[in-house]
Amino acid sequence: MDFQFDQQHEMARTLFKEFAEKEVKPLAIEVDEEERFPEETVEKMAKYGFMGIPFAKEYGGQGCDVLTYAMCVEELSKVCATTGVIVSAHTSLCLDPIATFGTEEQKQKYLVPLCKGEKLGAFGLTEPGAGTDAQGVQTKAVLDGDSYVLNGSKCFITNGKYADVYIIIAYTDIKEDAKGRKKKVFTAFIVEKGTPGFTFGTKEKKMGIRGSATYELVFQDCRIPKENMLGAEGEGFHIAMHTLDGGRIGIASQALGIAEGALDRAVAYVKDRKQFGKSLGDFQNTQFVLADLKARCDAAQLLVYRAAEAKSKKADYGMESAMAKLFAAETAMYVTTKVVQLFGGYGYIREYEVERMMRDAKITEIYEGTSEVQRMVIAKQLMK
Amino acid sequence: MKIVVCIKQVPDTKGGVSFKPDGTLDRAAMLAIMNPDDKAGLEAALRLKDQYGAHVTVVTMGLPKADAVLREAMAMGADDAYLVTDRVLGGADTWATSSTLVGAVSKLDYDLVITGRQAIDGDTAQVGPQLSEKLGIPVISYAQEIKIDGEYVEVRRQFEDRYHIVRAKMPCLLTALSELAEPRYMTPGGIVDALAKEVTVWNRKDLKDVEDSNIGLVGSPTKIAKASDKVKKGAGEKVVLDTPEESVEYIFGKLAEKHVI
Amino acid sequence: MSLEEYKGVYIYAQQVDNELSNIALELLGKAKDLAKDLNTEVGAFLLGSDVEPLAAKLAEYGADKVVLIDDPELKDYRTEPYTQALTAAIHEFKPDILLIGATAIGRDLGPRLAARVHTGLTADCTQLDIGNFPLVAVPGQEQLHNQLLMTRPAFGGNTIATIACPAFRPQMATVRPGVMQKIEPISGATPNIVRFNPAIEKNNCYTEILKIVKEKSQVADISEAKILVSGGRGVGSPENFKILYELADAIGGTVSCSRAVVDAGWKPKDMQVGQTGKTVRPHVYFAIGISGAIQHVAGMEESDIIIAINKDENAPIFDVADYGVVGDLNKVVPLLTKKILELNASKEAN
Repeated sequence: MDFQFDQQHEMARTLFKEFAEKEVKPLAIEVDEEERFPEETVEKMAKYGFMGIPFAKEYGGQGCDVLTYAMCVEELSKVCATTGVIVSAHTSLCLDPIATFGTEEQKQKYLVPLCKGEKLGAFGLTEPGAGTDAQGVQTKAVLDGDSYVLNGSKCFITNGKYADVYIIIAYTDIKEDAKGRKKKVFTAFIVEKGTPGFTFGTKEKKMGIRGSATYELVFQDCRIPKENMLGAEGEGFHIAMHTLDGGRIGIASQALGIAEGALDRAVAYVKDRKQFGKSLGDFQNTQFVLADLKARCDAAQLLVYRAAEAKSKKADYGMESAMAKLFAAETAMYVTTKVVQLFGGYGYIREYEVERMMRDAKITEIYEGTSEVQRMVIAKQLMK
Repeated sequence: MKIVVCIKQVPDTKGGVSFKPDGTLDRAAMLAIMNPDDKAGLEAALRLKDQYGAHVTVVTMGLPKADAVLREAMAMGADDAYLVTDRVLGGADTWATSSTLVGAVSKLDYDLVITGRQAIDGDTAQVGPQLSEKLGIPVISYAQEIKIDGEYVEVRRQFEDRYHIVRAKMPCLLTALSELAEPRYMTPGGIVDALAKEVTVWNRKDLKDVEDSNIGLVGSPTKIAKASDKVKKGAGEKVVLDTPEESVEYIFGKLAEKHVI
Repeated sequence: MSLEEYKGVYIYAQQVDNELSNIALELLGKAKDLAKDLNTEVGAFLLGSDVEPLAAKLAEYGADKVVLIDDPELKDYRTEPYTQALTAAIHEFKPDILLIGATAIGRDLGPRLAARVHTGLTADCTQLDIGNFPLVAVPGQEQLHNQLLMTRPAFGGNTIATIACPAFRPQMATVRPGVMQKIEPISGATPNIVRFNPAIEKNNCYTEILKIVKEKSQVADISEAKILVSGGRGVGSPENFKILYELADAIGGTVSCSRAVVDAGWKPKDMQVGQTGKTVRPHVYFAIGISGAIQHVAGMEESDIIIAINKDENAPIFDVADYGVVGDLNKVVPLLTKKILELNASKEAN
C-alpha cells in the first residue's frame, strides 16, 4: 500500500487546480446567481481533454485511470460544484456505459465525439414515480420493425437540453419472476437530441448546483433505431446499476471537492478575520473545528480514491463506491455547515461563496442514490 | 520546421514569497515552476506547430529536478526534451549560461530558437540575446505575432512607444514575453505521454565545442561581491499634516525617493 | 587582455528618431560621479544617422568626449549594425566602464554586445559605486581596487546583489530609466567630437524593418499594471473618479477600485481589487478613499509600495500602507497630479 501519488497524478492535480482557479472560479458566483449553464467552460474543458479522461486514446479519450478523473471532478468542485457535476454526469453516466457495453460501431459513432467533448452526454433513469425504486419506471420501448418506439418521460436529468447524447432506460417487457411476481424487464438505449418525438419539459429551479441544467425529458412515439440499443435487450437494469456504481465515484469526488473547497476558504478566512484583537484562527474553538473538518475531508478523500482505484482494477466496486459516496456527501454537508458558521454573518452572504457550497453540498446526499440507498447497498454487501 | 525552446525552472516569486523567521527568503519553501516568459515562448512555438507544423524541442539547463518542467512542456505539446545538467555548470552568470546552452543547442537542428525574455529569479533578460550571438544568428527581442514566410520569419517587435515589424532570415532567435501569449494547459493524456517519453540528459562532456573557461562559476565574468535578502517590510508610517500642500510634498518626496517619478 | 589599457567611463547615448532619450542624460550624470572617483573622463557613444547635432546636449550634460558614429545603416535601431558599431568602438576606445540604459533597445543591445566582446554585463542596476573586490580583503586573494560595484535587485525584488566584473573589460551595466540623476546642464559646453567609422558589414544576422508604428502598448488589465491608482467609496461619486484617472495618466498608472465601488455600480467588476476581485501586485499602489477592509487588503498587500490617502485617521488601510497621509483626497489628489505634471513637463523641456 502506497499513499504517495506518482508523478502522473501530481501533474494532473496541478493541471486541474490551475484550470479550476483560472477558468472556473471566476464564473462560479455568476453561474449560480443566474442559473446559467457554463457552456464556455465546457468548451474549454473539451479542448483540454477533460471530457474523456478515463477512456482509451483510440476512442478519443485521454488514456488515464479513474483516479485521475476523480481528481478532476474534485478540483473543479472545489471552486464550482456545477462544473464538477457536468463532467461527472457526462463521463460516468453516459460515456462509461457506452465504453463498457457498447458495440464497436456505437463506440466509434458516440464515444469518440463524446470523449473529445464535441458532444455532451447525459443519462435518464429517474422518473416522477421511480427514484430509488426502479420498478416504478413507466417509460416503455416497443419494437416495431427496425426501431423501438419510446414513450414516457424522465425527470431531474443533469445536462438536460445541453447534452447531445442520452442513455435512456426503458422497460421492454414484463415477466414473472420465480415467485410469480410481475417484474419489468429493462433495456438501455442511446438517444440523440433532435430525434423526432424527443422533447424537453420544464427546467427545474434548484437549491444548489444552480448552473447545472436539470430538465425533464419527454418521449412521444420517439423512434430509436434498433442499432442504438445499448447491450442486449433485458440488460438495462444491470447496465443502470453498473453505471450508477461508477457515477457514485463522480459524485463522491464532487462532494469531496465541495468539502475541501469550503475548508480552504475557512482557513484563509480565520487567518485574516480579527475579533477581539486576535485573528479567528487564534481561538482554540476555531482550531478544534478546523481540525475536525480536515480529518473528515482526508478520510473522505481516502475512501473516494480507494473507490476510484477499485473501479480501475476490479470488476465489482459497488461497495467501495457506495461507502465513498455516502461518507463524502455527508462530509460535504457537515463541513460546509460548519464553515458557514465560522464565517458568521459573512457566511450567510452570497458573495462569500460558502453559503453556495452549503446549498451545493445537499444534493450530493440525494442524487445518484440517496445516502439511505448507499447504506442499503453497503449493508447488503456486508451481510452477503 | 524545427523549433528549439529554451526553458528554465525557477522558484515561484509571484505566488507568495516565503520568508524565514530571520526575514530572509525561504527558497526551499517556494514552488518550482516553469519560468513564465519561457512558457510564453513555448506557447509561441506550439502555436507555430499548430499553424505550420513543426517539431518542438525543449532544452533546459539546471538541476536534475528540472526534469519536471521538461515533462510539463511535453505534456503541453513539445515533442522531445533535453536536460543539460552537471555540477561544473553551477554558479553560471549569463555569459556562462549562454555558452553552455550553445554547446547543447548547436547539436540540435533548428530553424527557430525561442527563449523567454527573462527569468523571474534573475530578471536579466540577457541569455536570449547572448545565445543568439554565440550561435551566430539574428535575434528579435520581445517578439509577438510571429509569421513564417518561406525561409523568413516576420515578427512584431515591441518598444516603449512603438513597434517594428521586423523580418529576419531563419535560423533566428526570438525572445518572448509572458504578456503576449496566454500559455495553454497540459492535457491529462499529454501528461501520460510526457512521462512515457525519454528525456535526454547531457552532461559537461556532451556539450559541443565549449571551453571549460566559459562555463560554470569559473567561466562567469561577473562575480557576486555581496548578496543579501531584502528583509520583509515592516510597518509603514502615517502622517497627519496641516495642509494639503504638505501632504502632497510628503507623497511626492516618497515617490521621488523610490524612483517612481 | 591588459586591463590597464581600459580607461574612461562611457555611456551609450540612446537616441530614437534623432532625439536623445532621457536615459542618456541620466547615465551621464552617474558616469560623471564614477569618473570623478576614478579620476578619468566621461565619454558618450552616439550612434545614428545625422545625429551630430545631439552631441552638444551630451556635452551640456557632462560628456567630456562624444564618439560619433554616423552611418545611414544606423538610422533605426537594429541589433546587428549597432552591435558591430559598438564592438568596433570598444576595441578602439577601450572604455573601463560602459553604461547602457535598460530600455527595450538597451536590453537587446547590451547582452549581444557583451557576448561579442566577451565581458560581463549586469542588468538593471539600481546603484553603481567604485570600490574594492572582494569588498573585504581575503587572505590568498588579491584585492582589486577601483572596481565598478553594481548593485541590483533580483528574485522579484526580494534579494539584492552587488556584482563586480574583475577580469574583463569594459565593465558593463544596464540601468533602468529614472534611477540615476542628471546633472544641471552646463550651458554652452562645446562637445569634443571624435568621429569614428566602424566599417559595418551586412551579414546573416541582419534584420530588415518592414514597418514602424508608433503606439504605446495598452495594458488595461489591473493585475498587470505597474502602478495602480485605486479608489474606494471615499471618492464620493462615479464622476469624481476623474481625479484618479488624471493622476493615473500623469504617473503612467491604471485605475482600479474597491468592492464598495463596484457594488455601488460606479465601476465594472473587472476593476475590483480584493478577495472577491483581482489580486494585484503592482510596484506602487495608491489606496485613495479606501478604508482597507480585510477583503480588500488580501488582494493588494503584496504591492511593493502602498500609499494611502484617507480622511479617517483610524482607517485600517493605514496598517498596511508604507506611506499614509491623513487628509482630504479631493484636495491632495489633484495637487499631486499637478505637481507630477509639472515634473513631467520639466523633464520634457530638457
